[in-house]
This record gives sequence, C-alpha cells and structure tokens, in this order.
Amino acid sequence: MTQLSEGKRQERRLGWLLCAPAAFVMVAVTAYPILYSVWLSLQRFDLKFPDEREFVGLDNYVTVLTNEYWWNAFGVTMLITVVTVAVELVLGMGLALIMHRTLVGRGLVRTAALIPYGIVTVVAAFSWRYAWTPDTGYLANLITPDGAPLTERAGSLAIIILAEIWKTTPFMALLLMAGLALVPEELLRAASMDGASAWQRFTKVMLPVMKPAILVALLFRTLDAVRVFDNIFVLTAGSNETSSVSMIAFNNLLRGLNLGIGSTMSVLIFLTVAIIAFVFVKLFGTAAPGASDDGRR
Amino acid sequence: MTAVTHDRTTTGVSKETRAKITWSLLDIVVVVFALVPVLWIASLSFKTPATLSDGNFIPREWTLENYRVIFSTDQFVRALINSIGIALIATAVAVVLGTMAAYAVARLDFPGKGLLVGVSLLIAMFPQVSLVSPLFDIERRLGLFDTWPGLILPYITFALPLAIYTLSAFFKQIPWDLEKAAKMDGATQAQAFRRVIAPLAAPGVFTTAILVFIFCWNDFLFAMSLTSTEQSRTVPVALSFFTGESQFEDPTGAISAAAVVITIPIILFVLFFQRRIVSGLTNGAVKG
Amino acid sequence: MADIVLDEISKRYPDGTTAVDSISLEIADGEFVILVGPSGCGKSTTLNMIAGLEDISSGNLLIGGDRVNDKAPRDRDIAMVFQSYALYPNMTVRENMGFPLQLAKLDKAVIREKVEEAAKVLELTAYLDRKPANLSGGQRQRVAMGRAIVRSPKAFLMDEPLSNLDAKLRVQMRTQVSRLQKQLATTTVYVTHDQTEAMTLGDRVVVMRAGRIQQVGHPQELYDRPANLFTAGFIGSPAMNFLPAVASSGDVLETPLGKITIPPRVRGALTSSELILGIRPEHFEDATLVDAAQRARGHEFTAPVDLVESIGSDKYAYFTLEGESATSAELEELAADAGGADLPSGASNLVTRFAAESGVRAGETRDVWLNTEKVHLFDASTGKNLTL
Repeated sequence: MTQLSEGKRQERRLGWLLCAPAAFVMVAVTAYPILYSVWLSLQRFDLKFPDEREFVGLDNYVTVLTNEYWWNAFGVTMLITVVTVAVELVLGMGLALIMHRTLVGRGLVRTAALIPYGIVTVVAAFSWRYAWTPDTGYLANLITPDGAPLTERAGSLAIIILAEIWKTTPFMALLLMAGLALVPEELLRAASMDGASAWQRFTKVMLPVMKPAILVALLFRTLDAVRVFDNIFVLTAGSNETSSVSMIAFNNLLRGLNLGIGSTMSVLIFLTVAIIAFVFVKLFGTAAPGASDDGRR
Repeated sequence: MTAVTHDRTTTGVSKETRAKITWSLLDIVVVVFALVPVLWIASLSFKTPATLSDGNFIPREWTLENYRVIFSTDQFVRALINSIGIALIATAVAVVLGTMAAYAVARLDFPGKGLLVGVSLLIAMFPQVSLVSPLFDIERRLGLFDTWPGLILPYITFALPLAIYTLSAFFKQIPWDLEKAAKMDGATQAQAFRRVIAPLAAPGVFTTAILVFIFCWNDFLFAMSLTSTEQSRTVPVALSFFTGESQFEDPTGAISAAAVVITIPIILFVLFFQRRIVSGLTNGAVKG
Repeated sequence: MADIVLDEISKRYPDGTTAVDSISLEIADGEFVILVGPSGCGKSTTLNMIAGLEDISSGNLLIGGDRVNDKAPRDRDIAMVFQSYALYPNMTVRENMGFPLQLAKLDKAVIREKVEEAAKVLELTAYLDRKPANLSGGQRQRVAMGRAIVRSPKAFLMDEPLSNLDAKLRVQMRTQVSRLQKQLATTTVYVTHDQTEAMTLGDRVVVMRAGRIQQVGHPQELYDRPANLFTAGFIGSPAMNFLPAVASSGDVLETPLGKITIPPRVRGALTSSELILGIRPEHFEDATLVDAAQRARGHEFTAPVDLVESIGSDKYAYFTLEGESATSAELEELAADAGGADLPSGASNLVTRFAAESGVRAGETRDVWLNTEKVHLFDASTGKNLTL
C-alpha cells in the first residue's frame, strides 16, 4: 500500500513540477498585473503629474463610464465584433466545406487559406489602407469615383470590418473544419439514402454534430474580435470616431500617459470579456472548451 | 453552375466533371480572396516612386530600390533583428515550458490539472490590452521596459495556452503502449523516451513551434506599448513609424517592401508546412 | 527459460479498490497458462504485475526462483506481446524486431542473423524493410510476436494478442501461436477474455473473477468438472443452461422441467434446498432418438420449440420454459459480460443440442430427453458445485 501510494505521489509531484514553470509565467504575467491594474484604477495617476497621485475610489470609473468617447468606442467594438463574427461564421463554414470536401486542389486551397491566418496583421492592414487610398489604390474608386472611404466614418468602419474578416476567416474555418472532420461519412451516406437533400444533410446531420466545434469557434473569435486593435491603428488611427476600446485604452496610456484612467479602461475591458465568456459558457454549458478533460491514455 | 458549363452539360459532360469544375471555381475564389492583398502589397513594393500612385495592380515599372532603401536604414535592420531574436527566444521558451506542461496534462494524473487547463484557457481569451497599462508601469519599475525580455515575457505568456493545447492534443495521440513495449524490450526510461517517444513527439513540437512563432511575429499591441526606441522595437511597430518620419517623402514604397520582407517567413512556413499547421490547429480545436 | 511463481499477489489502488486479491499460482517451466475472465476480473493487471509494468501491492513474484518484485521490466528478461501490438511506427519491421537485441548491445551481425531467423519462422522475410503502417493486421501481429521471440526470453507474456484480428485470422493465428509455443517450449502466460481461445490454447487455464482465481485446471477438466457457477457458465459455448431447482421431499428436485429424480451420485452432497441446476446443451436429446433403456434412466419433458439452428453436424433447438429463471450474482455478471446475448440470461431459455437426424422444427412441441447422469447442481447462495 505504502509502496503504491508512493508511485502515485511521485506522479503527482512530477505533474506539478512539469506544470509549475508554465503556470508561474502565465499567472505572474497576467494575474498580478490585472490585480495591480485594479489597484491603479482606484487612483488618480497621471505620469505627466506624478506628484498628484492619490487614492480616488471609483472616481475613474465614473469618469470613464460617463464619457461619450468610451461609449462610442464600446459601440464601435461591439459593432465590429457582431458583424465580423456573424459574417465569418457563414464565410468560415463555406471555406471549411471547401477545404474539407473539394475534389481538386485541396492542398492549394488550404495553403492559400493559411496565408491570411499567418500574415502579420499590420502588413495586411497596410495593404488594405493603400488599396483604398485615392490614386494609389486599386479599390479606391470602386464604390464612389474619387471617393476616399477612409476619411469618413461608415467607409472606415466597413474597411476595418473587411480587413478583420479577411484576416480571421481562415482561423474560423480551420476550427470549423475540425468539427467537420468529426462528421462520419457513413452518416451522410445514410442521410442521402434516407432521401435528405444536400441542404438537409447540412442542417440536420452536419450542424448538430458540429455544434461543439461551432461554439468553440464562436467563443474564440468573439473574444478575439473584442480585442481589435492592429487594423484600426493602421487604417484610421481612431480618427472619425472609429476607435475601439483597445484603441482608446492604448491612447490614454501612451498618448495621455494617464495610468489611472488607462487602468480603469483595462479593468472594464477585462470585465466585458469575462461577461461574454461567462454568458457563452452558461448558455452552452459543457460544450465549452476544456470540458473534455479525458486525461491519459 | 455558370453559363460556361451550362452549354456543355447538354453534350454529355459527366456529373463528376461538372463537380470538378464547380469545385475548381470555388477554389479559385478562395485563392484570389486570400492572395490579392498580399500580391498588392508586393506590387507596391516593386513600384518606382513615379508609378506608385497610378492605382495599377501590376507595376508598370519594376524596381528593387525600395528594398535597397530599407536595408540601408538602421531603423529597419535593427527592427528585423529585434523581431527575429525576440520571436525565436519566446518561441523556444514557450515550446519548452509548453511541452513539459502538455506532457503532464496528457499523461499524468495529478490534482490541479483541471485548474491549469482552465487557467490557460482563460489566458487564451484574455484581453491583452488590459495588461498594457499595468505592464507598462511594472516594466518601467523593473527596468524591463523597452528591452527584449520585456516583450519576450508577455509573448511567452500568451503563447503558452496555444502551445499547451496543441501539444497535449498531439501527445494524447501517441500510443503510450509503446513506452511499455520499449521497457519490456529492455529499454531504460531514458532510452524509451529518446528512441521511441521523442521521434513520435517531434512533429508535434515542431508544428507548435511554428504556430507560436507566427503568434509572436504577429504581435503589434505589446510591441507598441512596451517599447520606445529602436533598441527593442519590432518590425510591425517600426513599419508604422516609417509613416510619420519623412513628411516629404512618400513612405509607401518603403513600408511595402518592409511588409513583404516580414511576410516571407510566413509564406515559407505555409508553403512547406501547410499540412502540419492545419493539423496542429484543428487537433487542438477538437481536443479542447 | 524459467518457472513463474505468484505467491499471494495483490494489487490495491489508493482509492481503495482491489484489482487483484491475493492470488497464488505456480507456472512450470515451459508451460502455457491462460488467464481468462470477463473484463475487469484482474487478468491484465496480473499480467502487468508479472511484466513489471505495475507495482505489486503485496505478495511475492518469483521468476526462475528469484524474487523480482522490485526489478524493472528490463531486468526481468521477459517479453510481452500487446493487444495493440505496440509496434514502433518510426522503425521498419527489421528494426522493430531487432530493437530488444540492439538495447542488449548485441553485435550487429548477430542481430541481423537472429532477426532473419525469426522472420523466417513467422514468414515475415518479405516484409522486413516495411514500416508497420504498411502491413496488414495479421502481419503486424506476427511482427509483435517476432519482437518477443527474437531474444529468447525466460518467458512470454501475451495480452489478448489476437483480439484485434478478424474471426478467421484469429483461428489461424491461434494454431500458429500454439505451434510456436510448443516449438520454443518457453513459459507463456496468455491473457484473454475469449473462453474458446482459453480452451484451445493452454496447458492450463486460470479462470478469474473480481480479482480472484475461481478455478485452475486443464481445459477439459474445467469443462467437465466446473468448481462453481461462474466457471460453469463461463466455459463452454453455447453456455451451460441454468435452472432454479428446489430439493423437496425424498430425492426429487422440482424444476421448470418438471420433477427430476436426483441422481444417486449427488444425493449425499446436498447441503441446501435452494439449488441451481446446470445442464450443458449436449446433455439433452430429441427423445425419439434415444433408445428405451436409456430413456428410462433419464428424464423426459415436453416443451414448445422456439427456434432451430442446424449447423450440419448437430442441431441446436431453443425452448422457452415457463416459471422463474435462476438468479445469482455470478450469473448476472456473466450475462452482463456477454452483453446479455448467447448466455443464459434466464433459465426460462433453454439451449439444447440434438443429433443431426432429429426432425425437430420450430413451432412444434417436442419431447426432450435429459441425461440426468451429467447434470450439475450448484448451491444457489454460494455458487459451489455440489456434484463434484
């Protein structure tokens, strides 16, 4: 008995030992700063006036939450999130089907699709920016002759959304393709024998089996979309009221050097993401990722 | 079915051929959609200043001048070195730590495993911008601000969940009976690992390294917030600084050339390791 | 080569479960012993403890006279064939088979010679340079065997080595395994859940249930003289029929088949009145085919025929009887293991084997003769066979 539990204890010790460095780094670089950030958000702390640092309670939250720039950025972020995720779900599903089932050039399609996934967002953003720049770009006159879509709000938002969709649809598609691979070919054959049309096979057979994969993809992409920053920075730098929450938090810090307000925004963004994640997990229960912890063997 | 194929169907083109044509058209749409922005930035990088703003998709006059210019500026070369060095070190550390943790998650039974998996999941979803303010302050105090380690640390942190997920999915696929078999065949624990398990785990580790490298290579937010000089600025950030620098000289050509340079490694990875990248991403997705 | 002795070996897990409960067994040098039982009976755990892949909680394990409890697998000099074959996918057949020899630091030429010799025995010569992925199931199985025999170990351990093969190949490989073992005369411990494999392969069969040995013996002995309900029900296909029986006044048993006179050889051993009657299918016969003298010595009853299966040499007739079925923990476990099919899930179903000449047809009512000399009576509460 003692000998046996010794082996078990060794296994535990090895497990902890192997996980410790990764766990330590992850916690040290996220948990501590986020707590520190909560602490900072309760203070007046402007690096331009370091001497005026003082504890102000929830004043910063009041300042941010009554500020129209914050709410505008919040609205922009939500708009971008909802539109990109919805469009990507449809396009991603299509792309996943093509990558999974195409009879010709499967390798070519998959390789091509991986390029947007792998490319540096800033590079892609510059490409889109120049594409829509008057004179320089091949797309500039596409919608309106001698228009400059990046100088007005609707055009800018549309281009930001386009750039986001281009960049992240392949990732969505790959996650969905993982779900597609789980659909047994025999099930589809059985459905066609039973007289199901292609559309019925898709909605009645494939979608139910893919549901967990779809939820994982939606969750990851939604939380990723809320973080939108790179594309906005390059495409508009937040002009014409196109800032996302990440964008104004960043500006507050590096342009405004206001750590107190910046931290308040950090905490609010963190809470937003936490609420979204919580709602997802609540709505979909055990289908959430990480629930399948089947352990060894 | 498009008009092109329509009149052929009457002459008895087989169902299979028609399916192939449909798929080919869809393939072309995907390839064009994926490649046009990349080709466009490449095209800009080869244009001469005179033709830069002609709006033509294909350059009328080709030149390598833009590349000569960026490689002769310290700003770009230094940023390229920073990008490569920081991404390589962060990848190496994240893969080593990730491999250890993933092995434990896939193979060992210990309390707290669920917690580790949960924490890494949380971090995968963590809004990075929330860390920008506190890290900015903490790193200034610790003297990490505007240094390589100052960027490497957050990169490792956010790469670890990715590494742990993909690797543990790979490790779960390894038939661990082989380890027992090797022991029965007379191998020590170390020999069993080196001769049997390591060769099977290597592809997974390699794939993970590629994914992590792409992640680090791509980052903009941290690089923007936690650096202030050429000492540790990476290429994506340096690119955005090209813009403001020279007011009278259009930086478009230079930016495009630099953009193409940092896209090359991505293209190479995708071309040579497409299969692995796809399996790495999809494995992780299915397993959790 | 060596003998293997298990001396009160147990395996307990920290959560309190006992997988193997103090089993003792002596395996002679060169003997072929089969561990058989339903899943979860502890047979694989026992094998893994002999292999050294699992720690022994208590008891002693001796191989060739030495206590090896604390020795690593590599120091026990025994080879193992796994259910999954566990072939190294990154090595060719030649490298797979040569791996143990290479680890033992043998000379390259010697390794080559031994591998080729083993390959010849197993008819693998043509596949030596292939990777396992390019082999059929049967070929992979033979490579796994080859890797075990190539180093002439003290003993072979085999963990359900044939269960991943299709039915026909399994029968072929069974004879090959048997022949190989005879030829090499190496002590072999073979684990299976398939009683047919157990019956056909081993010198001795060890029936296990819930971590304990139920009975050890030659296959025929287990079949003819099962020590308890579990062995009786596990060995034999189709399985033994079990019916509830009550010993009432005098020497009469009340059963769903009617009142049966207790055979003289059993009479003295009856310790309980709650009994289970066990009858093998072949101990029934179509009454019309039995001569009068024999009929007088047995028991006759009439029942409606559900189904007849003719397998050429014999006919199996299935009957449904009215009344309660026999119940016992052991019978329930057997039924659960077999997925409820093919085994006596209740005594109300009766499987009989008639001679091929029988004209029995489904739907009719038939006179059936039962050879009372061959029946077994089990104590319903302990499961013990009272007729031995």
